[in-house]
Amino acid sequence: MNSLQSYLVISSILFSLGIFGIVTRRNAIAILMGIELILNSANINFVAFNRFGGMQKLDGHIFTIFVIVLAAAEAAVALAIIINLFKNAGSVDVDEANTLKG
Amino acid sequence: MDNTTLFALLILFLPLVAFLYQLFFGKKLGSQTHFVSLGVMGGVLALSLAFFFQLFDPLLTGPILDISGEWFSTGAFTLDLGLYIDKITVIMLMVVSLISFLVHLYSIAYMKGDRRYSRYFAFLGLFTFSMNGIVLSNSLIMMYLFWELVGLSSYLLIGFWFEKDSAANASKKAFLTNRVGDIGMFIGMLLIFFTVGTFSINGITDAVANGAFEGNIQLLSIAGVLVFMGAVGKSAQFPLHIWLPDAMEGPTPVSALIHAATMVAAGVYMTVRIFPFLTPDALQIVAVIGGITALGAALVAITQMDIKAVLAYSTISQLGYMIMALGVGAYQAGFFHLVTHAMFKACLFLCSGSVIHAMHHSLDHLEDHQTDPQNMDNMGGLRKKMPITYSAMLISTLAISGVPFFSGFLSKDAILAGTLSYYHAHHGWTIFLPIAGFGAAMVTAFYMFRLIFKTFHGEPQKGDIFKHIHESPVAMTIPLVVLSVLSLAVVFTLPYVNPIDGHGWFTHAVGDGAHVAGLNMKEVNDGIHHAHHDAMNLSLIVATLGILVSSLFYFFKKINVDRLAGVLNLVGLYSLSKNKFYIDSIYNNLLYKPFMWFSSLASTIDLDIYDQKIVDGWGWITMKVSIKSGEVDYSWLDQKIIDGFGRFANYFGNELRATQSGIVQNYLMGGIVGLVAIILIFQQF
Amino acid sequence: MGEVVFLGIASLVIFSAVGVVVSSSLVHSAVSLLFTLFGVAGLYIFLYADFLAATQVIVYVGGILVLIIFGVMLTNKIDTPSIASSSSNQVIGAIVSLLLFAFQLGVIFKTEWYIGDGVIVENTVHPIGIMLLTEYLLPFEVVSILLLGALIGAAMLSRKN
Repeated sequence: MNSLQSYLVISSILFSLGIFGIVTRRNAIAILMGIELILNSANINFVAFNRFGGMQKLDGHIFTIFVIVLAAAEAAVALAIIINLFKNAGSVDVDEANTLKG
Repeated sequence: MDNTTLFALLILFLPLVAFLYQLFFGKKLGSQTHFVSLGVMGGVLALSLAFFFQLFDPLLTGPILDISGEWFSTGAFTLDLGLYIDKITVIMLMVVSLISFLVHLYSIAYMKGDRRYSRYFAFLGLFTFSMNGIVLSNSLIMMYLFWELVGLSSYLLIGFWFEKDSAANASKKAFLTNRVGDIGMFIGMLLIFFTVGTFSINGITDAVANGAFEGNIQLLSIAGVLVFMGAVGKSAQFPLHIWLPDAMEGPTPVSALIHAATMVAAGVYMTVRIFPFLTPDALQIVAVIGGITALGAALVAITQMDIKAVLAYSTISQLGYMIMALGVGAYQAGFFHLVTHAMFKACLFLCSGSVIHAMHHSLDHLEDHQTDPQNMDNMGGLRKKMPITYSAMLISTLAISGVPFFSGFLSKDAILAGTLSYYHAHHGWTIFLPIAGFGAAMVTAFYMFRLIFKTFHGEPQKGDIFKHIHESPVAMTIPLVVLSVLSLAVVFTLPYVNPIDGHGWFTHAVGDGAHVAGLNMKEVNDGIHHAHHDAMNLSLIVATLGILVSSLFYFFKKINVDRLAGVLNLVGLYSLSKNKFYIDSIYNNLLYKPFMWFSSLASTIDLDIYDQKIVDGWGWITMKVSIKSGEVDYSWLDQKIIDGFGRFANYFGNELRATQSGIVQNYLMGGIVGLVAIILIFQQF
Repeated sequence: MGEVVFLGIASLVIFSAVGVVVSSSLVHSAVSLLFTLFGVAGLYIFLYADFLAATQVIVYVGGILVLIIFGVMLTNKIDTPSIASSSSNQVIGAIVSLLLFAFQLGVIFKTEWYIGDGVIVENTVHPIGIMLLTEYLLPFEVVSILLLGALIGAAMLSRKN
C-alpha cells in the first residue's frame, strides 16, 4: 500500500476532481477551491517522488514549499478580484460575467 | 551564226520589237508612229523575199534551215525549240509578211485619228510575231506556244474597240472557242509524245515511218483527230465556227489580216504539217468536217445583209474547202487554195473596208449615227463613185467564184478533182464530198455576185448617203490594187501561161506531199489527175449557173427575191439560212444556259445558304451562347456559388457564435476537451 | 496497522474532495476542503515530510482556507438561493474528468517508475532551511518579492474607489 503508485493514484483523483470542479461550478469561490485541489495534487506528486525516487536531497520539499507560498499569494489576489466582482456585478455567479459574449 | 539563221531569227523577232516599241514608246511619234511598224514590216517582207528567191534555186534539196536548241530539261524529258524552213514555210512566210505589210499600209488611212493608234500597231506587231512563230516552228509544242499567242493577239484585236459590249463579247467568244479546240490539240500532242518521245514534226514523221504505232494504229488516228481539233477551232470549222462571224466586230484591216488570210489559215497550215502522219481514218473525218463546213457556211451567206458577215461566212466556207482538200489527200490543192484564198479574201475584206469607210464618212457628214454603214440595203450603185474599189472587188469576186484566168479557179478546180477521185476510190456515202464541193462552189458564186450587185450596181438605196460617198485615200487603194493583181491566175502558173492548167512554180515548189501513215500519195495523185477533166467541166458549169442565177435576182431583177424567200420560208429554209442554222441558239440553250443556271445555283448556295444560314448561323449561335453564359455566370456563378460561400460562412459564423458565451468556464472546458482529444489521438498505451 | 490508517486518510482525502466539488452549499464545500487539506497533511506525514505537513496545516488551512471562508461570507447573498453548478457542463465535465483520470491511471500503472532507496531524513527542517538559503536562494528571494507584489495588488484591488 505504501508505494509510489498509491500516492500517484490519490493525486490523480484529486486532480480530476479539481478539473471537474473548475469546469462545473458556477460560484467563483467554488472554482477557487477546485484550483486549490489541483495544486494539492501536484504537491503530493512532488513529495511522493522525492520519497520514492531515490533522491538524496529534499528538492521535492522545496518545490512544495514554493507551491504552497504561491497558492497563498494567488488565493489572496483571487479573493480580492472576487470581492471586486461582487461589488460591481452584485453576485459571484461566473455565468453572469459574460461581457465577452460574442 | 550564218545568214540563214540570222534572217530567220530576224523575221521572227523584228515584229516583236515593233510590238514592244509601240507599247512603250508609241506615244512619242503620235500620229506618225505607223512609220516604225511599217518599216519593220517592210524589213520582214524583204527578208522573206530573200528566202523566196531561194525557191528558184535548182540546186536546193531538203530544207533551207533546220536548227533546234534545248529550252529546258526536267530530267524526265527535255523540251527543244527550233526553226524549220522548207519550201512550204517560205511560201507561207511570204503570204504572212506580204499581207501584214499591206494591212499596215491600209491601216494608216483606215485607223487615222483613232484614240489608241499606237496600241493598234503594237497588237498588229504582236500578231505578226506570233504568226511567224507558228510558221517557223519545227515542233508541235512550239507551234502550240505561238498558237496561243496568236489567239491572244486575235482577242486583243477583235476587242480593240472594247467600249462596245458586242466587241468585248465577241473577243471573249473567239478566245474561248479557240480554247476548246486547243484542249483537243494538246491531248493529241501528248498522246503522240508519250508514244514517240518527241514533239518535233520531223521526228514524229520519222518515228511513224519506222513503225512507232505498229499494231496500235487507232491511237495514231485518235491522236491525229485530236490535234486536228486545234485546226477546227482556229480555222473556224464546224462545230467551232461560231466565233468568226462575231469577230467581225474588230476593225476591217484586222479582219482582213487575221480572219481571212493568216490566223485562220494557221489551222490549215498545221494540218498540212501533220498531214504525213494522219491516218486514212483520221483523214476521212477531216474531209467530212471540211465538207459540212464548206456547204453549210455557203448556205448561210446567201441571206446575210451585213457586208462583212457575208465575207465572214465565205471565209468559213473556203476554209472548209481547204480542210476537205487535205482530207481527201489533195495535199497540193489544199495548200494552193490557202495561198490564193489569202490573196483574194484579203482583197475582198479590204475593199469592203473601203466601202464601209466611205459609208462612215458620209454618215458622219449627215450627222446620222443610227444607220448601219455595213448593211447592203443602204448601198447600191457605188461603182460610179468608187471605181478602184469596185475593180479590185470584182477581180477578187471572180477569183473566189472560180472563173478561169483567176487564181481561185485553179486551186478550187484541183480540190474538186480531189473530191471526185476520193469518191471514185471509196464509193458509197462519200458522194457527199463532191456534192458539197460543187454545191458550195455554185452557192459561193451566187452570194458573192449578190454582194457585188447589191453594193455596186443598181440604184442607190439611200440617196443622201450616196451623195457624200467618195473613193478612199491612196494608202487604202494601193493594197487593193496589189492584192487584186495577185488574184490573177498567171501569177501562180509562171513560167507557164495556160490559164486552165495549174502547173507552175507553185506546184513545183510544193511537190506531191509525203505520207507515212498508210496513204499512197502516188495513187492519190494519179486519181486526182484522172478526175481533173471531169472536175474542170463540172466546176465551170456550176460557176456559170451560180453567176447566172445571181444576176437574174439582183442584176436584171427578173425574179422577185422577197417572193421567193417567202416561198422558201414555207419549208423554213429561208429562216434556217438567215439564222445561221440556229447553231448559236442551240449552243446557247444546250451549253450556256445550263452552265449559267448552275453557276447561279452555286452562288445561291454560297450566299443564301452558306453565308446566311451557316456563317451567320454561327454568329447567331455565338450570340445566344454568350447571352446564356452571361446569365449562367451572373445568376448561378455569382449569385449562388460565390454569394453562397459568403452565406455559408455567415451561417456558420452565426452558429459558432453560440460558443462565444462569454463564460470563461466554457472556454476552459473547451481547452480541456481538446487536451483530452489530443491524448486520445496520440495515446500510446 | 499502518495500512489501515493510510487507507483511512486516503479515503478521507478523496471523499472530502468529492464533497468539495459536489455539494450545493458553499459552506459545505469549504468545510470539506478543510478536511481534504488535513488529509493531505496526513499523507505528508506518511511520506516523512514533517515540516511540510506542518506548513500545510498552518499556511493552507490556517491562511488560505480562512481567506476562502472570509470570501464565502463576504459574497454570500442571504436572500438568493445558493448557487452551485451549471448542469449543462456537468455531463461533459464528468466525462472529461473521468477520461483524464483514466489516462493518468494508464500512465501510472504502465510506466516503470525508478524506485530508488531514498534517504529518510528525521528532521527535515534543517536541510530545507540550508537549501533555501544556498541552492534555492534566488527563487526564495523572487518568491518574497512576488508575495510583496501580491500583497500590494490585493490591497489595491480592494480599495474603496
